[in-house]
Amino acid sequence: MPYRTPLARVRGLGSAHAGAEHFWRQRLTAVANVFLLSFLIWLLTTLAGAEYATVKATLAKPQIAIPLLLLIVSGLVHMRLGMQVIIEDYVHSEGRKVIALMLSSFFVFAVGLACLFAVLKLSFGA
Amino acid sequence: MTEARQPVERPLSPHLSIYKLHITMVMSILHRLTGGALYFGTLLLAAWLIAAAMGADAFNDVNALFAHPAGKLVLFGYTWALAHHMLGGLRHLLWDTGRGLQVWQANALAWLTILGSIALTLAIWAVGLMLRGEL
Repeated sequence: MPYRTPLARVRGLGSAHAGAEHFWRQRLTAVANVFLLSFLIWLLTTLAGAEYATVKATLAKPQIAIPLLLLIVSGLVHMRLGMQVIIEDYVHSEGRKVIALMLSSFFVFAVGLACLFAVLKLSFGA
Repeated sequence: MTEARQPVERPLSPHLSIYKLHITMVMSILHRLTGGALYFGTLLLAAWLIAAAMGADAFNDVNALFAHPAGKLVLFGYTWALAHHMLGGLRHLLWDTGRGLQVWQANALAWLTILGSIALTLAIWAVGLMLRGEL
């Protein structure tokens, strides 16, 4: 039995029931992505057309793998929030909206886990 | 109370099609479009990373797809979408602080976003091709 009053529980949340959480996470990951994606562009530019052994050895380095892992998490959180807004704006039927949001989450988690797994496998010895 | 359930024909506010196109409006639409493209574009990064984790054969197959002219075109488009969304995002972060919201400033920032994204994309590819000795 929670001791907080109903008013205390909803204060600051507004009609979206989540307060400024969405807005803040979108901004937090946006700032992180500026740095992490600049890193990715540098990495891909230098690795474009490189031999497999070079790419494998580079991706296994901690100083490469760690920012890459951070980028995957930050980038996917950001894009999941973005796609959520797009779906909420254009899919009006409640049922279809819920299904679209679920599919988007499945996509993000599948892509995210696949990327994280690949980087970790390369790091810990593929 | 049953009448209240009848759908009411309410007037809708004017939408995109009745306005003259403004640069800020086009940049807003492009920001959303590039965001959506980047969302699905993560599949490219995922394919590259998974292929690298699978081994030399899979990696060479994926690399051959990216090296094909059509693959290069997709990657070029992906680079532009990334550059555009990033510059557009920086513009939004500036707006979040309450700055840059005068009409002339918003217009100038919109032009900077589109011209900057094209310049940035060309610069990234020029550096990339130069590193490989193809330019």
